Formats: sequence, C-alpha cells, structure tokens
Amino acid sequence: MTGVVAAQRRAEQRRATTATTGVLLAVVAMFLLTLSYGEFRVSLVDVVKSLSGSGLPAVDYIVHTIRLPRALTALLVGLAFGLSGAIFQRLVRNPLASPDVIGVSAGASTAAVTAIIVFGAGGVFVSVAALTGALLTATAIYLLSWRSGVGGYRLVLVGIGIGAGLSSITSFLMTRADVRVAQEALFWLTGSVNGRTWGHVQPLAAELLFLVPAAMILGRALNGLQLGDDLARGLGWRVETTRLALLVTGVLLAGAATAAAGPVAFVAFVAGPIAARLVGGGRPALPASALVGALVVLVADFIGAHLLGATQFPAGVLTALVGAPYLLWLLASANRGGKA
Amino acid sequence: MNKRAIGFVLLVLTLAGVVVLSVTVGSRGLPPETIWAALTHHEPALPEHLIVSEVRVPRTVIGLIAGMALGLAGAVVQGVTRNPLADPGILGVNAGAALFVVIGISVFGLTDLIGYVWFSFAGAAGAAVLVYLIGAMGSGGATPVKIALSGAALSAVLGAATTAVLLTDADTFEEFRLWQVGSLAGRGAEVAVQAAPFLLIGAVLALASARVLNALGMGDDVAVSWGQNVTAGRLLCGAAVVLLCGAATAMAGPIGFVGLVVPHMARIVTGPDHRWLLPYAMILAPVLLLSADVLGRIVAHPGEVQVGIVTAVIGAPVFVALARRRRLAEL
Repeated sequence: MTGVVAAQRRAEQRRATTATTGVLLAVVAMFLLTLSYGEFRVSLVDVVKSLSGSGLPAVDYIVHTIRLPRALTALLVGLAFGLSGAIFQRLVRNPLASPDVIGVSAGASTAAVTAIIVFGAGGVFVSVAALTGALLTATAIYLLSWRSGVGGYRLVLVGIGIGAGLSSITSFLMTRADVRVAQEALFWLTGSVNGRTWGHVQPLAAELLFLVPAAMILGRALNGLQLGDDLARGLGWRVETTRLALLVTGVLLAGAATAAAGPVAFVAFVAGPIAARLVGGGRPALPASALVGALVVLVADFIGAHLLGATQFPAGVLTALVGAPYLLWLLASANRGGKA
Repeated sequence: MNKRAIGFVLLVLTLAGVVVLSVTVGSRGLPPETIWAALTHHEPALPEHLIVSEVRVPRTVIGLIAGMALGLAGAVVQGVTRNPLADPGILGVNAGAALFVVIGISVFGLTDLIGYVWFSFAGAAGAAVLVYLIGAMGSGGATPVKIALSGAALSAVLGAATTAVLLTDADTFEEFRLWQVGSLAGRGAEVAVQAAPFLLIGAVLALASARVLNALGMGDDVAVSWGQNVTAGRLLCGAAVVLLCGAATAMAGPIGFVGLVVPHMARIVTGPDHRWLLPYAMILAPVLLLSADVLGRIVAHPGEVQVGIVTAVIGAPVFVALARRRRLAEL
C-alpha cells in the first residue's frame, strides 16, 4: 500500500519537474528570440556570443543597449507578477484573488498617474509612486475586508469596489491634463516594456534579489496554511505572522513589477492557474507560476512589437485581451460544477 | 396617509429643491431675479439669459432624466438578479458603451454627442446582456460574486480593446477622455430628446414589473406557484434595464454607483416591496445625481468636477460597506 502511494507521489513529482523544466526552456527560448528578432536581425549564435562578451561591437550595441534591458524587464516583471499572483491565490485560497483583480494594481495606477499628471514626474518618481500606491491600497483592502479574519470573497468584492473608485479618479486626472501628458499616462497605464533601459532593470533586479528568495522560503508555509488555520497552528506554524509576511511579499512583488512596467493586465491572474494546470496537483506551485508569468509577458511583448503590422502595441493590451476571456471561462466552468 | 406616502411627497419636494439649486448654482453667480426673468421673459440677446437657457436648464433636465433612468435600472437589476451589488458600472455596461463610442469616433469619425448616442446605446446594451449571460451560466445561477466578476472581466477585455484603439489614434483619445468621465455639462437638449423615447419605454416597463419583481423575490419556485411566468418576467425586466442604462449612458456618459446606492437607500424606507421601491428609486436617484453635480460645481469653483467622479468617490465606500455585510446574497 505504502509502495503504491510512494510510486504515485514519485510520478507526480516527475510530472511537476518535467513541466517546470519545459516552461523554463520555453522562457529561455523566448528570451533569446526577443534578443535576436527585430528590425536588425541578429543570429542566435551572435546573440550568445554577445552575451558571453565576445561579440562584434555593432551587435553588442543592439543586444546590450537596446534589446537586453527590454527583454530583462519583460522577464523580471513577468516573474514578479506570476509569483505575486500565485501567492495571493493560494493564501486566500481563491483563484480570483490576484492583485490585478482585487484593485492593488488600480492603486498603483492612480498613484503613478497622479505623479505623471499632477507633479509632472517621470522615470524613478513614477515607479516610487506606483510602489507606494500599491502598498497603501493593499493595506486599505486588507483592513476593510477584515472581519474576524479575511474571507476570500469579501476580499475580492472589497477590492473590486476600491478598484472601481480608484479608476474613476484616474480617468478624472486624465481629463485635466494636456493631451500629450495624458497619452503618456495612458501608455503607462496599459503596461509596456517598450523603451526600458538599464535604469529600469537595475532597481527591479535589486528588489527581486530579496523578494524572490523570501517568497520561495515563505512559500513552503503555504501547504501548511492551506490545511486550515487550526491544523497549521497545530503543526507549529505561526499562522498570522506567516500570512502577513507572505501578503507583504506578494504586494511588494506586484508593486515592484508595476513600478517597472505599469500594470500589465492579468499576468498575475492567469500565471497561477496555468501553472497549476501544467504542473498538476491542483495548486499553483510558486516557481512554475513565476516562469509562466515571465513567458506570458515575453510572448505578449513579442507579438505586440513584431506581429501586428506597423503599429507597436504595448504588452498590456495583449495580456488583457488573452487573460480576461480566461477569467470568464473560469467563471463559466466553475459554475457548471455548482461552485463559486 | 401612511408613512411611505408621506415620505414620497417629501422626496418629490426635495427633488424640486435640488432642481432649483441646480439651476441657480454655477461658476457664474447669477441673482435669482435674473434667473427668474430668463425663465419667464426670455431674451436671447442677454448673455445671462443664455447661460440659464443653454447651460443650466439642459444640464438640469439631463440630470433629472438620466438620474431617474439610473435609479430605476438599479432597482430593477438588483431585484431581478437578487443581487445587492448589481450596478451598471460594475456590470461592464460602461466599458461596453466606451468601446463603441471609441469605435464611433475613430472609425466613423463622429465628433458630437448626438452621434455618440447610438453607439453608446448599442455598446451598453450588448455588454449588459453578455455579462448577465456569462454570470448566469450553469446551475448556480447569477450569484452576486459571479455577476461582479464577469462584469470586471468583461470590462477588462473591452477596456483593452478601447486602449488599443486610443493608443494608435491621438485625436480619438482627445475626444474620448472627456466623454469617459460621466458628466451632465455640455449636453444640449437634443441629446435628451433623442434618448427620451427609450427612457419612456424603459420606465414604463420597469414600473410595470413591480409585481413580477416581488414574485421573483420570493424565489423562482414560489413565483411559479403564484402563476408567474419566470422567464417572461426576467426578459421584461432585462429589456427595461438595457433601455434605461443604455439611454442614461448615451446622455451623460458612464456614471457609476448611482444605480447601486439608490435602491439601498430607498429600501430603508420602503422595505422590499417593489411597488414602492421603484417610484422611490426613480425620484431619489435624480436627487442624488443633481446634488452630486452641484457639489462638483462647488468644490472646484470656478471649474468643476464631473458628476461621474463625484458619484464614484461617494459610491465606492458604500459598495465596500455592502460587500462587508455577512449575508450578501440576500436582499
């Protein structure tokens, strides 16, 4: 009997490892493709040469200065959103509780648009404002949905309400600005990795250097928390402290990503469920979710930049067009089971 | 006279008071005599008279009709879905209207509000139907959470499509961003005339559905045993909501939260009986909308904050308070 269980577990483990490796390879392939494809095509051999420091100066300029910051931003932003979404979804035990559905991104957006339009800020200040906005909104939503514990659907509904109020403030600010400034704000609001420089990559990379390991370590507690508070406490977890630490990590990840690329819609939301489907076991594993997030942003950016004719569309337009129907499908199929 | 009848009379008087306020308050301070003269002995040559006849009166009329439409639509949609959080803004109606208006401006070169009306009407109606169908799919029926979520998701899809158009077309964006926040200002009387037939039919349908809504409120089984045709009743209510929301959005642009908040306030006095609730909501909503509009003119004097922003800032906390209630699915 134990042999059967152990064999089953080994098979699941194998599937998880295979799937995660598969996504990792896809991310690497997509990353290299982003570096090589464009107006000036660089062969994959030259890309690898250039990355390892033995390329031609002209190729180095294109790869290092122009394409690498953009590709890295897409990669890191996707990782952060995917990880953040999976943390929220597993913590609240609800696939709908990702930061972009529950209004955290709306808070970041309102703060950033205020910075752009009211204070005429650009670059780093916009990022700082977005991060602050995300943190403040998340705190407000958490406190408002607290009612002897944070119920899953209450959190989602409170978040949707707050998000709706905040986005109307954002639209108001847009009417007050000069049309060019407003369009800059609109571009930011859509979420894009276009034109990102090393100045964007460095702070993001530095933040993720702390946040990703923190998420992975704290993430181990998720399995315990998922058993329910009493059982988790019985197993020796400090439930409230762990939950709070995880929430803060999730918000910071979403905030850092939003600060770098704007609120790229629905990446955080879809990464977890897709990863769960690939890896099996019904729950989104954190590493796989992060990789799926990175893949989604890289692919969306690639399609928006190269495959839709002369106009360059920001990645956020494509992720929303693909991600939101997925949410609708999830609702429809959950209904059939009589749940949700 | 019972309590509800007295309350209704008071409410109508309040509405009359707010209408007077809406005509008298504005960036240009006009003495009451001038306003009275402009209304009774109108002289088109006087600029003060023109302000009253071309700006204040149309604006008040549009607030009045759009408010009635939103209040009725909110009460009907909450009743028919038995969902306390139903509202045109949450239901994706505004996003649908927005996308169609953007397409109208960008593809068909519309430049005036008269032209927007049909597009926003079609978009609002389409989105409302779609959100309800998705939310009602399957055995569980249209629960509050499913409706709110399918509204949020559909808004995201439509919003992304809207953004895709706006990013490629700066002229359209310039036109659109002003429409996007609901406002009563700058709408001529023609817009009201154009939307009026829809509003009238919608209002008649809505007021006629009071008994249907009361029956549906008892649950489908009880409604059927009372001899109520449940499907036909739902269709009647749905048609009323689409006509009212579509016309209100066409007139004033997207205005959120009025349809959400008003029925709850009315229910405090009327209780769940829709024969009282619907007329109350119809009078209370324009009181709220016109007050918000006047408030928007006062807080940012001599400029103004659009009424859609004021209602959202007031309405979002109410939504949150409702979402915190323990037994959400019940009215």
